[in-house]
Amino acid sequence: MTQLPTSTKKKLGLVIDLDTCVGCHACEISCKGWNTVEYGAPLSDMDAYGGDPSGTFLNRVHSFEAKQEGCPSQTVHFPKSCLHCEDAPCVPVCPTGASYKREEDGIVLVNEDKCMGCGLCAWACPYGARELDQMAGVMKKCTLCVDRIYNENLPEEDRIPSCVRTCPAGARHFGDFADPESNVSKLVAERGGMDLMPELGTSPVNKYLPPRPKADVNGTQAPDLPVEAEEITGFLGWLDRTLEKI
Amino acid sequence: MHPAPSVIVFSTISGLGFGLMLFMGLGLPNVSGWVAAGFATVALGLAVIGLLASTFHLGNPKNAIYAFSQWQTSWLSREGIMSILTLGTFFIYAALWAFMDNRIPALGYLASIMAMGTVFTTSMIYAQLKTVPRWNTAVTPLLFLLYAAAGGALLSNQMVVALVLLGLVFAFQALAWVHGDTALTRSGSSIETATGLGDLGKVRLLEKPHSGSNYLLREMVYVVGRRHAAKLRVLSLLLVALLPAVLILLTDVNHTIVAVILLSHLIGLFAQRWLFFAQAEHVVGLYYDAR
Repeated sequence: MTQLPTSTKKKLGLVIDLDTCVGCHACEISCKGWNTVEYGAPLSDMDAYGGDPSGTFLNRVHSFEAKQEGCPSQTVHFPKSCLHCEDAPCVPVCPTGASYKREEDGIVLVNEDKCMGCGLCAWACPYGARELDQMAGVMKKCTLCVDRIYNENLPEEDRIPSCVRTCPAGARHFGDFADPESNVSKLVAERGGMDLMPELGTSPVNKYLPPRPKADVNGTQAPDLPVEAEEITGFLGWLDRTLEKI
Repeated sequence: MHPAPSVIVFSTISGLGFGLMLFMGLGLPNVSGWVAAGFATVALGLAVIGLLASTFHLGNPKNAIYAFSQWQTSWLSREGIMSILTLGTFFIYAALWAFMDNRIPALGYLASIMAMGTVFTTSMIYAQLKTVPRWNTAVTPLLFLLYAAAGGALLSNQMVVALVLLGLVFAFQALAWVHGDTALTRSGSSIETATGLGDLGKVRLLEKPHSGSNYLLREMVYVVGRRHAAKLRVLSLLLVALLPAVLILLTDVNHTIVAVILLSHLIGLFAQRWLFFAQAEHVVGLYYDAR
């Protein structure tokens, strides 16, 4: 049903540490790999080896630059995937009942056997988390690797989302936000985890940890180089003075 | 937003069909027999062609039947159900009118209300989206209703009513454009709120996630042809409202003139609906430093 649950027993989601992310795109690729061979329609590529390649991704890594007047700029790598919002705007708009939010763990999923590919849920999402697969014609989105996290056929260390398992920098964390003692809840409390576009009232479950303040960004910069050259002596000095007179 | 031709055709043509149903439900034009059947066929035909066109943009149309199931939350589902109910009600009403010479006014009023209800559900698909600030206003449903009613008045040859409605279309469309141009700025969403990095200073996109395009950019960050928008706006108002109004006021409105009026109105309507999509900025564009 496309009615959102009033509350969910668990709030499974991700913490993404913008201070630690190095922008390697490994999460993006491992996500594409896992979700192409596992649950649902594969994530297709169009014109993959041609002049205008494009494809379906559930996770994309942007890079932003933030700059304050008089300070050097700061580069922030920014992985973006479904935030599994508590008030997910993508779910109620779905006309077929394909989109739903699970009451047991809060994961937002698409039932591909009901999706007609109208694309309205992708319009309703502010974060660009949903992409209509151009080959299968159904809506694809992050499943929080629902086929890994409960999968008892996998070794225990692999029962986390593929992106989290892959991240070489340890910038991605998976856990239950409903439990105040969980790793993710503690990280959010310690580091001031934030919502993306809070003004839209989506109440995202996933949180982003802002980059830690850098001493030399908010403090002093290296002194400027002297503009006036020192007095030159010897042959070069004579040449300089002579050329000045001509 | 991407101005998909199927969606433009759908919303304009079906709007005209339901607009004509509005007036026929009120017993206008005052005709009977085969002429009434002809008008009803036009109304039903336009609505059905429009609805069929809307299925052409579906990625997976075999599941379209499920679209009637989620009326409790989804405006798109409500629209599907309302269209079918309206078409059925109007069909029965028009058949009794044309073939049994038994026009039932109460059934007609119901068909009129349902026709406008259907246009309203269509407009709410767009107006409900907080992600597209330009659409997220009460002016959106108002304009959809006015366009449908004005087109219906022209089609049913109610030229005096049409004059009034075209005047309202002109005024509210101009208001929607002026108001809409600042909607994204007023919404409070920016690249700083999108990334949460506003505390670090002014934010800009350093690198896109990929060198090529993607579904999000094609669908929601459509910027092609926007530079002609100002000209198209003038042209649209000219054709959709001004020329028809001038012709109604200054000519004897014979069949040829009516054809010119309808053609002019339709072309203007296509231009208006193209602008409605092409100029609408989705907030996901903020992640691409685009609007």
